[in-house]
Amino acid sequence: MTALMSTVDTRTPSFVDNAEAMRERLAELDTALAAAVAGGGARYTERHHARGKLLARERIELLLDRDCAFLELCPVAGWGTDHPTGAGVAGGIGVVEGVECVVIANDPTVRGGAVNPYSLRKTQRLGRIAAQNRLPLINLVESGGADLPTQSEIFIPGGAVFRDLTAASAARLPTIAVVFGNATAGGAYVPGMSDYTIFVDRQAKVFLAGPPLVKMATGEETDDESLGGAAMHATTSGLADFLARDERDAIGLARMVVRRLNWRKAGPAPRADVAPPRYPAEELLGIPSADLRVPYDPREILARILDGSEFDEFKPRYGTALVTGWGELHGYPVGVLANARGVLFSAEAQKAAQFIQLANASATPLLFLQNTTGYMVGSAYEQAGIIKHGALMINAVANSRVPHLTLNIGASYGAGNYGMCGRAFDPRFLFAWPNAKSAVMGGPQLAGTMEIVARQAAAARGQPFDEAAAAGLRTAVEAQIETESAALFLSGRLYDDGVIDPRDTRTVLGIALSAVHSGPVEGAGGFGVFRM
Amino acid sequence: MIKRLLVADRGEMARRIFATCRAIGMETVAVYSDADTQAPHVREADYAVHLPGNAPSATYLRGDLMVAAARKAGADAVHPGCGFLAESPDFAAAVLDAGLRWVGPEPKVLALTGDKLAAKRMAADLGVPVLPSYVDIERIVDFPVLVKPAVGRGGRGMRIARDAEGLAEAVAAARRESAAFFGDGTVFAEPYIDRARHVEVQILADASGTVLPLGERECSIQRRYQKIIEESPSPAVSPALREQLCAAAVAAARAVSHTGAGTVEFLLTPSGEFYFVELSPRLAVDHAVTECVFGLDLVRLQLLVAEGTPLPMTGPPPMRGHGMEVRLYAEDPAYAWLPSTGTLHRFAVPEVAIGFRPLIQPGLRLDAAVEDGSVVGVHYDPMLAKLVAWAPSRVEAARLLAGTLARSRIHGVVTNRDLLVRMLRHPVFLSGATDTGVLDRHPEVFVPLVSGMDTGKLSCLAAALAAAAGRRGRFPSGWRNVAVLPQMVGYDGPSGPVEVGYRFDRSGALAAWSVRPPGLSGTADIEDQPLVAVVCAEPDRVSLDVNGVRMDFAVHRVGDVSYVDSPEGLVTLTELARFPLPVPAPAEGRLMSPVPGTVSRILVVPGQRVDAGDLLMVLEAMTLEHPVYAPGAGLLAEVPVTTGSRVESGAVLAVITPG
Repeated sequence: MTALMSTVDTRTPSFVDNAEAMRERLAELDTALAAAVAGGGARYTERHHARGKLLARERIELLLDRDCAFLELCPVAGWGTDHPTGAGVAGGIGVVEGVECVVIANDPTVRGGAVNPYSLRKTQRLGRIAAQNRLPLINLVESGGADLPTQSEIFIPGGAVFRDLTAASAARLPTIAVVFGNATAGGAYVPGMSDYTIFVDRQAKVFLAGPPLVKMATGEETDDESLGGAAMHATTSGLADFLARDERDAIGLARMVVRRLNWRKAGPAPRADVAPPRYPAEELLGIPSADLRVPYDPREILARILDGSEFDEFKPRYGTALVTGWGELHGYPVGVLANARGVLFSAEAQKAAQFIQLANASATPLLFLQNTTGYMVGSAYEQAGIIKHGALMINAVANSRVPHLTLNIGASYGAGNYGMCGRAFDPRFLFAWPNAKSAVMGGPQLAGTMEIVARQAAAARGQPFDEAAAAGLRTAVEAQIETESAALFLSGRLYDDGVIDPRDTRTVLGIALSAVHSGPVEGAGGFGVFRM
Repeated sequence: MIKRLLVADRGEMARRIFATCRAIGMETVAVYSDADTQAPHVREADYAVHLPGNAPSATYLRGDLMVAAARKAGADAVHPGCGFLAESPDFAAAVLDAGLRWVGPEPKVLALTGDKLAAKRMAADLGVPVLPSYVDIERIVDFPVLVKPAVGRGGRGMRIARDAEGLAEAVAAARRESAAFFGDGTVFAEPYIDRARHVEVQILADASGTVLPLGERECSIQRRYQKIIEESPSPAVSPALREQLCAAAVAAARAVSHTGAGTVEFLLTPSGEFYFVELSPRLAVDHAVTECVFGLDLVRLQLLVAEGTPLPMTGPPPMRGHGMEVRLYAEDPAYAWLPSTGTLHRFAVPEVAIGFRPLIQPGLRLDAAVEDGSVVGVHYDPMLAKLVAWAPSRVEAARLLAGTLARSRIHGVVTNRDLLVRMLRHPVFLSGATDTGVLDRHPEVFVPLVSGMDTGKLSCLAAALAAAAGRRGRFPSGWRNVAVLPQMVGYDGPSGPVEVGYRFDRSGALAAWSVRPPGLSGTADIEDQPLVAVVCAEPDRVSLDVNGVRMDFAVHRVGDVSYVDSPEGLVTLTELARFPLPVPAPAEGRLMSPVPGTVSRILVVPGQRVDAGDLLMVLEAMTLEHPVYAPGAGLLAEVPVTTGSRVESGAVLAVITPG
């Protein structure tokens, strides 16, 4: 085994500047997270507490095993949109009675827990994480249903939530619904489609139609408790398996249900003895270049996240702009692909394709550390078959069956995003550092390209080119691209599973790897490994 | 020569005698009740004989069973220990009749010394000062008086009456207790002297007429007339007074032809006068302090005398240094000395040099009845152990005892440890101004050692951090990428329920903490606490740096209970259930037993009206009486117990319909 040797000097101006820039990004992240945690704001929080009810995150904390780690996923969903940051839902991966679970909680202080398009996407993403990684799913329900002004974006796709719940059940993934308040109309199918249901007495309200709608439809005069009260469902309809005295009791019952699932993780267990990295995580703040055009050595990152800083490189002298190799993280073996110098050439693409096949042969999960501006362009490269080689890599990534984890540690541009297992290539988890960016290309390049095309079009039409208008447009486009390629913006749109503090990288990836090992870890079959 | 000795006692006294037997090569036989099957004294004997049952009257007080046990196990001598049958002339006679050697004075000596009135008359005849005895209780006019059983021993049954009104209840209680324990309800009274000291002279006598006085012991620090701190020499006894006391003791012992070990007890008034109280013709519980200052093994000498060997010296050796003993009891001083029962999950006294034998050099001796895991039950005296210090001076002995007690780890039952420590460190005690009323005048010694808010809070924090360390896994404890709420854990502690909140940062350092009454929202700010850094946290040990001073907390967890020991004392915390089960509210007017015990007397009948404070019944627990009073006025609806009922703590004794 080879231990990585770090050459980072924390006293250099570039390190200090990088760390300074990273802290600014972290402050922005903290602001966004604070907005998510604030939910509907102090007034609604106080009103909720005054009713003796717990907040979404209080419910989650009570559900989790004491002192366990909890990884909130997509915490800033909705950031930068017309919808609240956090999307009125809190959720993530935590441990309940020793079982790693996905927990999803509606935040009733945010418009009564109403589902907006981002709530829906977040809920679906969390459900998909549960399904892909074989994690039991616990829904802590209190939602007034669809956010009516945006119903057109919710109603038709939203049915998938219910389909996914029962598909999970069919795949023998336990689903548990704890209903704290409203779960009406379509929402009633969350408990309806779950394996286990727990309703809080005098709080849960689960019906297809409330008293006014019933009155309109049939003329019947009735009330909430008769239509959908917890006691009614526990004693009469049978929709509730357990009637909880109060919220705390309900959470205790949910824990009891998990305890009795007899759940076992299907994947291989991690190594028991795990050495921490030899270099401090704190230094991860100053290593990533503040200027994305300056590449940096990803081995400095690996030295701070891999067990014992140990990393055995594969093909270290071939295709050196992409680092590939084997290490362990919290005792789980991983194959790493990390961009070293931005651009991917043919050699790098072929090396990646071979390495991915080897990982499938040994059923080793893959970790992609993205910092790429894309595949090399230019006639020499096109003629040498850069598309063919890039396609090899993308083919290998797309058809690889071992779990993939992706972390954007800088840039993720162009087809490099695809080759390095971007969102569309369905990694099990995708996280980004606050400094990271992702787009079809960098803002100046994109604006410059547009200008060249416009100039050519003007010339073709024989029209004069308006230099002043072009300069204004160029500035505007650059700004727009910069904004829309930023980590927070992309996270707000659910293009990743969260923006994380670089110092938490090892923990986040460890939790993700542990989750991955809840299900079997197997590679793709078929052909033998192609030497490339 | 005695070949094989049966000891008709249990606990630390049996262990004490067995230790000497081993040291001199004598074989040993223990006896044990059901509850003592696993007791250390049984394991330490060569042979042991079971006495079926638990009640003393069915086991350790059954002389016939003792004699049969001695025969069965091939013992040729019986040592009565110092409780149960030690002063029973009938038992001594039965042992001798069975052809066995008796370690103690002749039965007729026991008969004489057991009658306190006769003993006092005998002393008066010798010219030894005695207090008047009022046998005709009705005619007492001078108060206060002390009502005492005419037979029996220790402080059992004694009551102070400060006026004629109190006299009746005192007499009734003394009669009842005396009848129950000694089979004789005869009581008498004598003037009660305020601020008197209890001073006693150890004697050792052989058959040839040698009576050796071995200085005095002072045993004035008492609760309910039972000693808790004993020392030799007494700070109140001058060499001249010692000479007078010893002369009186020797005269009394000679007059009754006492042989073996014995104690002659005196009252010492503030003005320096002394009065004979009684002669206790057996080894005293507090003999160890005498062993310290004289360097003698009293049990060995006792056995020599029983074998007919003359004492190896004619006069007492010189006294050296100061011996001091504390009796550690499973009882709650702050709650009327209620006995505490349960499993002693840990019993560890540090720096002890020896157990059950005289100290060879200054240091600590521990004579313990218990060990880790012992069960303290309801059947016998709740004394756990005696800790004895021998030091060059009195203040050094007191400081050594206090320091060691404070650092002892005693988990599972409530003890008087904190009270002992506070007493030993009290200026009044250190000045030597001890008398039998000191505890009543100094309520401050009843305050638990850990009484400062900070140490109490830090102990709670330590318990929570130790528990968290026990749950430590692969990832940083309680790690969150979106930190909102701290980890919360509730404990029921000495000052009621508290909630501990704590949060670590990603490196595992303590980022914030709080200890506060529960009920406040979990989102409350928890960072307004003194600066505390965790030096290390393990499941059984937490080291905290508090404003630059490092403190270690030892945490011992048994089930839901955490015992947290720090240099400032023990804090016992019961973790509150995270998801509590509903508890049915106790019905109004139900009177629960405060203690496990036996109903010894019921003074009321169902249907009767009672007023607040009326005495309803008397419980007996661990050889002490506990009166049960009506909490409020009402109609007595139900009395679900009868005289003799065994009740557990919390059992319903009576139901009162208020009104």
